[in-house]
Amino acid sequence: MAESIRLEVVTPEQAVIDEDAQIVVAPGSLGEFGVLIGHTPFLTSLKVGTLYYKDVNGDERHLFVSGGFAEALPDKVTVLAESAERRRDIDAERAKAAMERATERLEKKDENIDYVRAQAALDRAMHRLKLLGTIK
Amino acid sequence: MATLKEVKTKISAVKKTRQITKAMNMVAASKLRGAQADMEGFRPYSGKFEEVLGSLLEKVDEEVSSLLIPCEEVNQIHLVLCTSDRGLCGGFNSNLILKANSFIKDRSESEVEFSFTNFGKKGRDWCRNNNYTIISEHLGVVGGKFKFNVAAVSGRQLIEGFQNGSYDEVYLIYSEFVSMARQVPVLKQILPIPSLEVVEDEVEDEEKPYLAEHICEPSLAELVREMLPKSVYIQLYSALLETSTSEHAARMTAMDNATNACNDMLENLTLVYNKARQAAITAELMDIVGGAEALRG
Repeated sequence: MAESIRLEVVTPEQAVIDEDAQIVVAPGSLGEFGVLIGHTPFLTSLKVGTLYYKDVNGDERHLFVSGGFAEALPDKVTVLAESAERRRDIDAERAKAAMERATERLEKKDENIDYVRAQAALDRAMHRLKLLGTIK
Repeated sequence: MATLKEVKTKISAVKKTRQITKAMNMVAASKLRGAQADMEGFRPYSGKFEEVLGSLLEKVDEEVSSLLIPCEEVNQIHLVLCTSDRGLCGGFNSNLILKANSFIKDRSESEVEFSFTNFGKKGRDWCRNNNYTIISEHLGVVGGKFKFNVAAVSGRQLIEGFQNGSYDEVYLIYSEFVSMARQVPVLKQILPIPSLEVVEDEVEDEEKPYLAEHICEPSLAELVREMLPKSVYIQLYSALLETSTSEHAARMTAMDNATNACNDMLENLTLVYNKARQAAITAELMDIVGGAEALRG
């Protein structure tokens, strides 16, 4: 087994993940990047998207992250996200509702609607659903 | 001398009060545990965030973001006042309001206008009574369950207000949870963002190896620009958490004192009751004896 790197994912509410991983792949704002042990110090903001890692047993784990940063050090990856959910914790109903709401808002031609925020909400909902749908 | 019946009613009234204060004490205790757990849960996030931001800020000028540049002439001060929604928690709210009041007094020699964002009903009522401008109010947040979202939404409004010139400075007044017995009202400037000197001092020793040059993506300046608003949300959120925890702790102490006061009162009242009863019995005996003497004579 390859040497493992520590992965920590924390949100304002709780520490979501704190375990060893063989590889971590995260959606950086300039593109997806993978981190193995011995990575050079690296700091980036993250896009809304899926972070996945291989745990020590070689199983792939996926989680949804949004609004965050990642810091990679040679022996550790820290992800600070506004929200992070493991796949099994994603609330499909809520994501669907959020998606419908956002689509509805985007279709309306109303000056009072904050399109940037609606778009961001739609983005988050779609990513959540995508993560649920792709790998069962 | 109070009549027997009066004392008895009083005793049962105090007993009922004691029941309520005891219950409130226990409710506050259990809510306190929840609030403290939330606070603990947030610490890793805020700690790490400040560490990273602090090390980044050392490498950039303040021109990088408008949030860092102090305003030269301050005419509009915005206060974020965190209080509780409900009373019965001792001097908790009045301490916070006093803090706000003395701050306003300090700063009001020049032509400064104050406006408010209120978390909690007590602070809002105070602002209303004193005719301060309330920009927004949030009830049901402090003391309850809330998510980071609340702080992010409200923090965004503050930043917008700061950037479009509605406020020149933004201050936060909240209650810091020091220990179960001590909650201190704190005033903190959040916008423009003061330099993070305090943080540097605290972690200087550990941070030395940490200062390894990072590769930054997109760029150092952009990262900082993206992180700064978040640091405002973080401060706001942690202030709300602290205030909630403090509120519960303050209520626990207040209710504990009330329960003790009830116990003292009951003791005294029982004494009075027994004395009165004894006096009544004695008086009755005297009557009977007196009556019997009169008959015999």
